[in-house]
This record gives sequence, C-alpha cells and structure tokens, in this order.
Amino acid sequence: MIDTALWISLALFSAAISLNFYRAVIGPSLPDRILAVDTMYMNSIALIVIFGIWVNGKNYFEAALLIAMLGFISTIAICKYLLRGDIIE
Amino acid sequence: MLNSILEGVIAFMLIAGGAFAFIGSLGLTHLKDFYMRLHGPSKTTTLGVGCTLVGSSLYFSLNDGPIVQELLITIFVFITAPVSAHMLAKSALHHKLKPDPRTRGNPVELESEKPKHSVEEAPQGKSPLP
Repeated sequence: MIDTALWISLALFSAAISLNFYRAVIGPSLPDRILAVDTMYMNSIALIVIFGIWVNGKNYFEAALLIAMLGFISTIAICKYLLRGDIIE
Repeated sequence: MLNSILEGVIAFMLIAGGAFAFIGSLGLTHLKDFYMRLHGPSKTTTLGVGCTLVGSSLYFSLNDGPIVQELLITIFVFITAPVSAHMLAKSALHHKLKPDPRTRGNPVELESEKPKHSVEEAPQGKSPLP
C-alpha cells in the first residue's frame, strides 16, 4: 500500500516542480520568479523525504533540514535586496 | 492489525501531501496576478509538505519507537512560510505590481501617486543680498 502511495505522491510532486519551473521561466515580474523558486525548494524538501522513505534511510532528513534553512535565508535575502537595495545595512 | 491501520494513515498522508502541493503549484501557474498567486504556495504547499513530513515521521516510527526528527522540519516550515510570504508581498508592493481588477482590497502603496506636498518653489529673482 505504501509503495503505491509513494509512486502517486512522487508523480504529484514532480508535476508540481514542473509547474513551478514553468512559472519561474515565464514569470512577468521579479517577485513572481522568487515565489516560484521558493515553492520549488519547498517541493524538493518533500521529494527528498519521499526518497528517504523509498530507500528506508534515516539520514535524509538532515539534507531536507539544510535545504529548508538555506532556502528561507536566501528568500529573505533576495526580498531584502529588492526592498532596500542592500542586504545588510 | 495496528500496523495495517498505521500504513493506511501513512499512505493517506503521502497522497494528501502530494495532492495539496500539486494544487498549490497549479494555483501558482494559473492565477492572474501576483497577489492571487501568493495564496497558493504560501498556504497550500506548506500544508502539503507538512503532511508529507508527518507521514514520513509515522513511517520511521513504525518499526522502532517514535521518531520526531521530521517534525522539526515541519515546525520550521510552518514558522518560516508566512515570514517569506510577508516579505514577498512587501517587495511586490514596493515594485507597484499591477493588480487584476478582480483582486479585492486597495492598499495605500498601490494608489496612484500624487505628490501630497508639492515642493514650494524658491522665490527667484529677488535675492535679499545685492
């Protein structure tokens, strides 16, 4: 049962990442692209977690935690740059 | 018996997470302007990733005891997603992105800008000093 669920959720997350990539390519404005990349890293966290369930390994959550922290910091840094023209004032 | 019920819960969590993330990305692709598009990823995708992480935590605690390490990422994602959405909305307002006519609300930042205090022109020609 879990195998089938893994296949279905892998397909759904891959389709979601494809849609995010489409938005990041055609996005008319700069915040659109930032939002698309932000969503893309969120979905990649879930992909890595699903891969960890697939191979039955417990060490993949550290990679997911690293991606979550670095993605959040980079989103905030880019938004700060767009708002103020400078990151650390 | 208990294990089969737990497996059903894990499978439901995984499929629900994938469905929520897909719906969020569909909203990101198909909605009209940026302020509508911000809803999909910031709410729906967060819930989808949270569901998947809870399912993974249940799966690894199926064999040997409860494991709560994945819940750490869940809490982190649930805390940081509103913050990044707030910063993105602020930067979009700063860039004055055009809202769709169907978007409700009329924020001050998007009103047509008329200079409230026109700079008073300095008197010219008559300088007090010769």
